This record gives sequence, structure tokens and C-alpha cells, in this order.
Amino acid sequence: MIRTLPTTRTYRIGFGVFAAAYFLFLFAPLVIVGVLAFNDSMFPSLPWYGFTLDWFIGKGPKKVGLFYNPMNMMAILTSLRVALGVSLLSTVVGTCAAFLFEQEEFRFKRLFYLLMIAPMVVPGVILGISILSFANSLGVLLEQSLGIDLRLLSPGLLLVTFGQSTFITTFVTLVIIARLKKFDRTLEDAAYNLGATRLEVIWHITLKYLRPSIIGGAAVAFLLSFENFNTTLFLIGSKPTLPIALFAQIRDGGSPVVNAVSVLLMFSMSVVALGNLYLSRKSDAQ
Amino acid sequence: MMNSRKRKIGWGFVIFFTPVFLWLALLFVLPHLELLRLSFLGTDYYGKSGVTLENYAAFFKEPAYWMTCARTAVYSIIVTLIILMIALPMAFYITKVVGLRVRGLLTLMIVVPFWVSVLIRVYGWMIILRESGIINRVLIGLGIWKTPLEMLYNDASLMVGLVHTNLLFMLVPIIGVMDSLDNSLIEAGSNLGAGKLMIWWKIIIPHCMTGIMSGSIIVFMLVTGSYITPALMGGKNSQWFTQQIYNQFIIAFNWNQGAAFGFLLLAISSLIVWVALRITGQKLGEVVK
Repeated sequence: MIRTLPTTRTYRIGFGVFAAAYFLFLFAPLVIVGVLAFNDSMFPSLPWYGFTLDWFIGKGPKKVGLFYNPMNMMAILTSLRVALGVSLLSTVVGTCAAFLFEQEEFRFKRLFYLLMIAPMVVPGVILGISILSFANSLGVLLEQSLGIDLRLLSPGLLLVTFGQSTFITTFVTLVIIARLKKFDRTLEDAAYNLGATRLEVIWHITLKYLRPSIIGGAAVAFLLSFENFNTTLFLIGSKPTLPIALFAQIRDGGSPVVNAVSVLLMFSMSVVALGNLYLSRKSDAQ
Repeated sequence: MMNSRKRKIGWGFVIFFTPVFLWLALLFVLPHLELLRLSFLGTDYYGKSGVTLENYAAFFKEPAYWMTCARTAVYSIIVTLIILMIALPMAFYITKVVGLRVRGLLTLMIVVPFWVSVLIRVYGWMIILRESGIINRVLIGLGIWKTPLEMLYNDASLMVGLVHTNLLFMLVPIIGVMDSLDNSLIEAGSNLGAGKLMIWWKIIIPHCMTGIMSGSIIVFMLVTGSYITPALMGGKNSQWFTQQIYNQFIIAFNWNQGAAFGFLLLAISSLIVWVALRITGQKLGEVVK
């Protein structure tokens, strides 16, 4: 049944077939999306008409590739901007939260901890509508009482950035807490005894120790933001992020350009994720 | 030593607490309170707005609303069970059956597809299943059937999509607990003459219960809250409750009704999680760990 026990041939083969089917199921849609980005056809489907890069670099008139498709390129840029903002914001707040929950004692700490976890559990759609409602009411309130019209509070990229950060900060916090838990606090005590202040200790010792997890947290935040749909859907203004733009195209049936975007995304996601994996392996080895 | 740390707590606490407090208050607590307030507001026939329970009452009065919600709940439970049925043997295969060297590779292969956005994975399934899709092209090309068959936009395709996009979140916690199961327990059971089913039922499943429950809770919450997969792969009749929320907020522009739906979704999914914990005799605290 397990490695150490004798098993029958059928048992091993049966399990092997199951695992093969599992991975076929897991990878089939990805492989097919990827392969069809290079098909010299007007539709993302078979038959195979031959290999082409036109759906990336085609200048038209028949086939306009991804790099000459302003809508998708703009959406990629917008998503990059939002993802950068989100990773910056959620990494700063997440680092503070990690220190707060690992190194400070205060009243209602348990309650705050649960509250910190909650944004991860609440469905993204509900986060989206709650932030939309709150920003809208706040905007109305400010306009009526102070007469200022805060455009920033209406749906748009700023709202998207804040909305995504709401739950992404929780992920970052958990990543950093996981490493902070393993930190040997006698190192801090040693520094205190040598006359260091708290600020110096945090800056020179704790943050240095945390660096891999902070970079890892920022990478996680970037990836989560870049592919977020459910929360963004409600907060987006006139400038769509890539998932929102892709959704509309896919709903209408898709096109080889969508496949090209997918290939680009799969490639860059793997680069970020592998880089992250490499960094965390390296820091674990230390 | 402790004293030196204690004395310096003052400003450090303020620096760490302020951003965290602002984050949770401004982006989480206050928005949800505002949403709750909106869900109790409404306009009556004379155009006068005031506090009302009408938004919640509408949910129970209008079959289209509560039936969508019931469908979402039932389908989410079914998807969670299907995922569990796939994840248990797979986790067992990875932790107990294959050699240690293959194990690392398989673990990586399980995780990799989940780095790719849900949208792209769903798009892949659409290309495979639809009327002009891969399966139809191949089977017609081979002469197995003559006219293309629409395999997308029905409940089965919706299930395929939801299972595919959420598998990992069940596998990871179960692999975690299964790893901690001592092999000698299985060996002892086997030596004493227990069959495979008996070993699963009496040793493996009881040991993995915490992982099974935490995986199930995560998957269930993700499935009920999903939007992309039902919108792109489900049929006209298989609307998801999140789509109702979207319709109220963005299309009908009835935020009060949408807010009530949001809280109903939260309440009903929490209730189901609670009942599941009750039935299996697990405690939330242990499962969440």
C-alpha cells in the first residue's frame, strides 16, 4: 500500500494511471492555450495551419499582434502600475502588522489578529462592493459637508489599488510572520545590551533577517494583484486592468491575441515565481 | 533583559499599530459597516427613503433570488466533495506511494498551474470544450461523430472549471497532514490483516480530518465566491449568486439590494461551514491552524 509494503502490479499501475490523468487534466488547458498562440489561423482553435509569431509581432493588416494591440498593451501597463502600488502598500503595512503581532503585546490582540485574517476569508466580490459603497458614501459626505469633490474616491485605479491591498496585505503579513516566528530574539537582546536603540535593532538586525520574506511577500502581492478580478471588477473606472480587459474578450469568444497575452503572462509569472522560489530556497539554506 | 525591551515598547507600538489600524478600519471594518447600513436602507413607493427590511425580504419573496443562492450553495458543496475525492488519493500518492525523489517534482508540478491566472485556465477549457473547440475538431476529424456538440455552457462544464481552478487549495492542507501520518501505523494495520478500505477508513481519514476540513472550508468559500468560472463556463440557467450581486450593483444600480445579497452570501456560506464543522465534530480553531 505504501512504499515500505509489498504491493501488487495492478495497484501500482492503477495509481500511476490516476496520477497521469490528474496531470493531463491539470495541464491540458494551459498547454492548449499556449500552443494555439502560435497557430497561423484567425481563430484560437484547430486545425493547425503552421507556426507563426504573427499574434505577437504581426503588424497587420490581416493579423495585428499583441505588441501592436493598443487595448491590451494599455491594460498590461495599467495592471503593472496597480500591481506595483499594491505591492508597495501591502508590503509596508504587512511588515508593520508582522512586527505588531509577533513582537508587541496589547489588549484585544487575539481579536485584532482575527480581524487581520478576515479579509482573506471574505469573498473578493464582497470586499469590492463594500469598498465601493464606503468610498462613495465618504465622497458624498465630504462634498455635502465641506464642498470638496474628491475625484479620487470615485471608481478608478486608486480605489482598485486600495481595494486589492485590503486582502493582499493579509497574505504578505502571513508570509513575513512565518519568518519572524523563527527569528532568534536573543540576537535583539544582545544588541540592546550593547546599547542599541529599538530603531537600530529593527533596522540593522530584524529587518535584515526578514529581507527574503519581505521580497517574497512583495512578489506574492504583485502576482495576486496582477491577476485579481473579483475585487477589481467593482472598483474599476474607465481604465481596465488586464484581467478585466481579458474577461471581456474571452466572453466574446477570445482571439489568438488573447492566447498571445496568456503566453506572455504564463512566461512572466513563471519567471517571478521561480525567482521567488530560488530566493526562498537560498534563504532557507542560510 | 525583558525590561529593556518593555520600556521601549511605547513608540514602537504606535508605529506598528497605526498603519495596521488604518488598514483594517478604513478598508475593512468601516466599508463592511457601510455595506450593512446600505442593506437596511430603501426607498418606498412615494420616493421616501428610510430604514427597511425590504431588501432581505425580497430575497425570500423572489424565487429567482433565493433559488440562485440555493443552487450556488448546493453546487459549491458538490464541487468541494469532488475535489476532496480527487485530492485524497493524489495526496496519498505523493506523500506515501512515490519515491522521495519523484515527490519533489510532483509537488512542483501540482503547484505550477496555479501560478497562471484563473481567467487563462478557464479560457483554456473554453477552447477545449466549445462547439468549435479542440475535442469536437479532433473527434470529427477522426470520424467518431459527425456534427459538433456544444460541451460548454452547461452544469458539467461549470463543474470541470470549478474543480480545475480550486484543486490546489484542497491538496496543500491534506498533503500537510498526510505527511505527518506515521507510516508504521499503516504497516501495523496491514500486518494485522486490515484491507485497504479499512486502513483508509480507520487510520488515514481520521488522521487527516483537520486537513480535510480546512481544505474543504477554503475550497467551499472560494467556490461560492467565484465569479469568472460561472460567468464564462456556466449556462444561461446556471447563474451564480455573485452574478446576482454584480447585476444589482452595476446593472440595476440597486446598491441596497446588492448589499443585502452580499451579507446573505456571507451569512449562508458561514452557516454551511459551521454546520460542516458540527457534523464532523471539528473545532474551527484546530482546523484554521
